[in-house]
Amino acid sequence: MHHSIEIQNLNYTYPDGTVALRDVTLSIAPGEKVALVGPNGAGKSTLILHLNGILSGKGLVRVCSLEVVKENLGRVRSCVGMVFQSPEDQLFSPTVFDDVAFGPLYQGLPHAEVLQRVDGALEEVHMLSYKPRVSHHLSMGEKKRIAIATVLSMNPEVLILDEPTGGLDPRSRRSLIHLLQELPLTMLVSTHDMRLVREIFPRMIILDEGKVVADGPTLVLMDDAQLLEAHGLERP
Amino acid sequence: MHIHFLDPYRPRNSLVHRLDPRIKLVLAVAFILTNALLPSGAWPFYILLFALILSVEVISDLGMAYVLKRSSLALPFMLAALPLIFTIPGVSLFSFSVGPWQIHASLQGLERFISISIKSWLSVQAAIVLAASTSFPDLLVAMRALYVPQLLVSVFGLMWRYMFVLVDEASRLLRARSARSGQSDLPGARTGGSLSWRARVTGGMAGSLFLRAFERSDRIYMAMVSRGYDGEVRALPLPQVQPTQWVVLVAGLGLLVAFLGLALLVWG
Amino acid sequence: MLRTPIAMHIPDGFLSVPVSIFFWIISILVIGYALKRVSADLGERRVPLMGVLAAAIFAGQMLNFAVAGGTSGHLIGAALATILLGPWAAMVILTCVISVQALIFQDGGLLVLGTNIFNMAIVAVTVSYMVYHSVRWLAGSKSWGVYASGFIAAWTSVVVAALGTAMELAVSGTSPANIAIPAMGGIHALIGIGEGLITVGALAFLRASRRDLLRSDEAGPPRGRLVWVAGLALALLLAVASPLASRHPDGLMQVAAQYGFLTSARDPFFRLVPHYLFPGIENKTLATILAAVLGTLIVFGVVLGVAFARRRKSSSDGGQNNMTPG
Repeated sequence: MHHSIEIQNLNYTYPDGTVALRDVTLSIAPGEKVALVGPNGAGKSTLILHLNGILSGKGLVRVCSLEVVKENLGRVRSCVGMVFQSPEDQLFSPTVFDDVAFGPLYQGLPHAEVLQRVDGALEEVHMLSYKPRVSHHLSMGEKKRIAIATVLSMNPEVLILDEPTGGLDPRSRRSLIHLLQELPLTMLVSTHDMRLVREIFPRMIILDEGKVVADGPTLVLMDDAQLLEAHGLERP
Repeated sequence: MHIHFLDPYRPRNSLVHRLDPRIKLVLAVAFILTNALLPSGAWPFYILLFALILSVEVISDLGMAYVLKRSSLALPFMLAALPLIFTIPGVSLFSFSVGPWQIHASLQGLERFISISIKSWLSVQAAIVLAASTSFPDLLVAMRALYVPQLLVSVFGLMWRYMFVLVDEASRLLRARSARSGQSDLPGARTGGSLSWRARVTGGMAGSLFLRAFERSDRIYMAMVSRGYDGEVRALPLPQVQPTQWVVLVAGLGLLVAFLGLALLVWG
Repeated sequence: MLRTPIAMHIPDGFLSVPVSIFFWIISILVIGYALKRVSADLGERRVPLMGVLAAAIFAGQMLNFAVAGGTSGHLIGAALATILLGPWAAMVILTCVISVQALIFQDGGLLVLGTNIFNMAIVAVTVSYMVYHSVRWLAGSKSWGVYASGFIAAWTSVVVAALGTAMELAVSGTSPANIAIPAMGGIHALIGIGEGLITVGALAFLRASRRDLLRSDEAGPPRGRLVWVAGLALALLLAVASPLASRHPDGLMQVAAQYGFLTSARDPFFRLVPHYLFPGIENKTLATILAAVLGTLIVFGVVLGVAFARRRKSSSDGGQNNMTPG
């Protein structure tokens, strides 16, 4: 059976000796929308960085049926679209067009195809008119959407987002939530925004001190006040 | 739209703005070169070139006041040429003594000084028009067309992208420092600390800025890698230059060559 | 307005066309080579690293501190960039900073950009590299070694770059050598102190927080070899160019002959401009200054050549190389 994401017994220790992940096992099916929650320092970001091969620990990590090893990294990164927390460092090209074209360009696609992908991706985030704009002039909400477009243009199977609603005002947040609901991709989101989780993500994984402590339906887990409190989470 | 106070680009809908950046860059440099090749004291031709650049300024809708104001900022360097008035021999204008020295100002020296100043000032205006009428991404296109290696162009792009961000960071550092730079009521307290202390504090600020830049470059690298970056610099092919643009290029170059040729004929 | 306060960015119109073109050619060749070396040294990270650090240098030039009576000291950053990233990356980074300053802010001209790049990205970096490593080698493993080398490297790079600027102005006939060289040299000898102090401050901060960054460019002699050669070539270039600067027989000679100057009784002029009129006679002060600069550079060249030779010998002996700085 094809899993979008498959992790088995993943362990990771930082160079300075801190153990970040302990025996993490989980799998995500195509089309699923899963939220990864837990207190700061739980290892959420560390776990996510394994999914496109930026970090590499002990254990099996497979995305889109590809093992995340050196030979596969190119294809892995085409399949997994990673959106980082700070869009400032993700929009590094002079114009929005250049940033969204970066991915397809590196995939080696022909010129015409690159242009099509850019238009398609910007259309999906409803920002087609922003093509010629200069990145550093945009607002935080606009930057976040463009950052999503920069990975959508690679036609990934999976979308991974780190704190997508962080730093957004209520209106931008609402608009981003709409966007995430519209996108049909498999989605894994690392977040503190419990209201976001309850609204869009039917499945929730709780990570604490590098271990998976719970993995199940969001609504069920959220009813367990004790569980939430034990792991530094609040019921929305 | 928030325009950073540093960015000189002023978007307008003028013909100059719409001119292909590659052609603009070539014409700007040709203008500056023509200036440099004009002989000293060729006043009528300086006036011709001034008229030329003024017309461009008017067409560009940037406003002469804007360009002239910015160009005046380049004036201080003229001090470097000031001694020429007194060191080039020729018909004496006036003289005075400083200590044991007798200093004479000569007509030729003054002419030379004024020529250099005018030529420099005209060149600066051309550069200002270029920068104010061309967005930076377009300037990158112009650079690529001039065979600047793609690696360097990419570094330029990243530098410009984060220049404003880091300038803002530096501003915040300066603001934080001045917020803590108070005066004490204690009698005899020396405000400001020692010179070397102040220098070291500033050095610490620079170090902090650099450190944050290092760490930011790591994050950018991760973002690039996540989108497939493999170290090789790649770019889309440059768009074609429209035929009408070539006409402008040829006309502009022709005009400059004509001016120069005439000037050299008359003055050379 | 954001302007570099240090008057080393030559505007258009102040250098002759031959000088401009000459230095454009040199700069293109050197920076072209630097780009290749950077790819080898920094690998995949070179674009984001150099881009953001170029932005940091640009922003860093805004950081000032009060010196006296309203003046302030600032940072150019060539020495700091060289110490942190090695000479080749520093050259590329400074080239970006200077080019953007010229293109966007008209701080320095476009035709003379090649020369400005030569002075501030190539000369300043090469001098920083040579001075930094030789002083560190001399200081051995003493803890103050980094700071002393940083300070002296920063100071020297500023002064030598300024002297280069002055000579280019002189050769172009824009500024008389016997005024430009002492003036530029003198002013920048003072400004260089500020540069040195800020560089030391930055190094202290980075050493405390991210010591690993200071070792990132500690490559052995093989990588540095070309820079030593470049430095020596530079010293030789200066040696050849300086007599030219003081005896450049440009159109002024014509003017002098035309006005019967050579035989007129205008004594004051002779006192002020002897080197323009008499090619064989050099201004004594000028010669002394230049000799000092050149002598220093040549001595450095010899010291480094010796150090390099000794290092090579040690490493080929397979023994502990106790002369590696840091």
